Amino acid sequence: MKQVKLTVRSNEPIAKSVYKMTLTGDLSAVTAPGQFVNIQLDGLYLRRPISVCDCTDGVLTLIYKVVGKGTAQMAGMTGGEVLDVLTGLGNGYDLAKSGEEPLLLGGGVGVPPLYMLARKLREAGKKVTVILGFNAADEIFYEDEFRALGCETFVATADGSVGDKGFVTDVLKNHALSYSYFYTCGPEPMLRAVYNATNTSGQLSFEERMGCGFGACMGCSCKTKYGNKRICKDGPVLEKEEIIW
Amino acid sequence: MNTQVSLSGLVLDNPVIPASGTFGYGYEFAELYDINILGSFSFKGTTRDPRFGNPTPRIAECESGMINSVGLQNPGIDKVIAEELPRLRACFHKPVIANISGFSVDEYKYCCERIDREEQVGLIEVNVSCPNVHGGGMSFGTSPEMAAEVTRAVKSVTTKPVYIKLSPNVTDITAIAKACEEAGADGISLINTLMGMRIDIKRKKPVIANKMGGFSGPAIFPVALRCVYQVYEAVNIPIIGMGGVASAEDVIEMMLAGATAVQVGAANLVDPFASKKIIEDLPRVMAACGIENLTDCIGGAHHG
Repeated sequence: MKQVKLTVRSNEPIAKSVYKMTLTGDLSAVTAPGQFVNIQLDGLYLRRPISVCDCTDGVLTLIYKVVGKGTAQMAGMTGGEVLDVLTGLGNGYDLAKSGEEPLLLGGGVGVPPLYMLARKLREAGKKVTVILGFNAADEIFYEDEFRALGCETFVATADGSVGDKGFVTDVLKNHALSYSYFYTCGPEPMLRAVYNATNTSGQLSFEERMGCGFGACMGCSCKTKYGNKRICKDGPVLEKEEIIW
Repeated sequence: MNTQVSLSGLVLDNPVIPASGTFGYGYEFAELYDINILGSFSFKGTTRDPRFGNPTPRIAECESGMINSVGLQNPGIDKVIAEELPRLRACFHKPVIANISGFSVDEYKYCCERIDREEQVGLIEVNVSCPNVHGGGMSFGTSPEMAAEVTRAVKSVTTKPVYIKLSPNVTDITAIAKACEEAGADGISLINTLMGMRIDIKRKKPVIANKMGGFSGPAIFPVALRCVYQVYEAVNIPIIGMGGVASAEDVIEMMLAGATAVQVGAANLVDPFASKKIIEDLPRVMAACGIENLTDCIGGAHHG
């Protein structure tokens, strides 16, 4: 972890209530896809944890949905703002276990961390399949970006407006996909559905309300088969085998 | 310029002490800076048995503060002694403050007896003020009789200085502080968090799974300062002041109210370097206030 000052380079809406922000500065602590950063904002006591969408060539990309005061403040940034950020938080995904044909499943704002993961897996020569789940057509983002990485990409929408109607797990049912391992991030009901619908081992990234984001306050603890873990420090990525629902 | 202070014979290089529950057992912060610059630190509240604590969500944000309902998650006293203390020894070479909690007088006694044998521990802080557990914690700190009973029990099994950590969620904190003093406490730590809650207006439910929790952060500083001021006039034993401390100025203000040393809590969670920054800023603020020896300002606001 590092405490750094990052400068906002760009910030733009990419879907309904969803923004993409790029920042520059010391990004040396960001070491794995699936990690997050914790951002200090004016007038708000706690930092806001946001997952890393990508970190390459000195640019950090964050994709966030406006859900409250903090993300609303972020959405109003136009570039040039300097933010106090804790970087390199969380364990991130372990790429070594992917096998040759990893499957990535993301739901809503659970999609962003899968992008850097997909890029790294493609760079390692893996055949990557991606399933993205959204509520409706106007909430879809990054479908083209995943395709551009060379991933076979499926989309599911809850209202059926684009792609398969239903959830990411419906894509699994509708298409005979072969995969060696899975990685997922999304709301907990989705994680649970993916856990039950997949037939391989995998890694799931969880969300929890955090105090500090770096393992000090014990605000985001969960029980696992490998003992108590802090989502912020020992997670957010847990292995399928250790999860206790 | 001299920042040294003394707590019942335990000499600290400076009065800044990260508060229990905001600093773990030290090593998350030791990865960030040399924690030997600290006066000391109070480790995570420890009980006889391992505890997972309360269900999540455990955290809620407030204006200038936060609410936590962790519920004394800790690995238990045996594991703390066998694993955490040896690990801490590698990165912290000063006496540490052992924060002990319990659900019965016997449990407090048991834990203090175990920790009494640990050379690394310079002082025992007995938490009779945790608002987040039922049938223990705060229930021992809301009556003078119970607080005195815990104090006597703990004092009978240890020769280390015993500081009782009090709750502000009481009618008269001075009566409880006096009862602890009469029962043999070497000092008083105050304040623990204030009971608070938040409700999510969209879900129409409390934000925290356990409904209520302990409110901390800069918002509670004036309440903490007032409690320290009152207790200083009521007892003749040293006080460790805490509650919303976030700057070197706050440290001086707490000491003027009567604190001999000062703990930094929630500030560590929003800025992991908060305690370090406060320590480094202390000489500047001392100079600005015309303070040469920090001990000279203890209780300074009470004179004349």
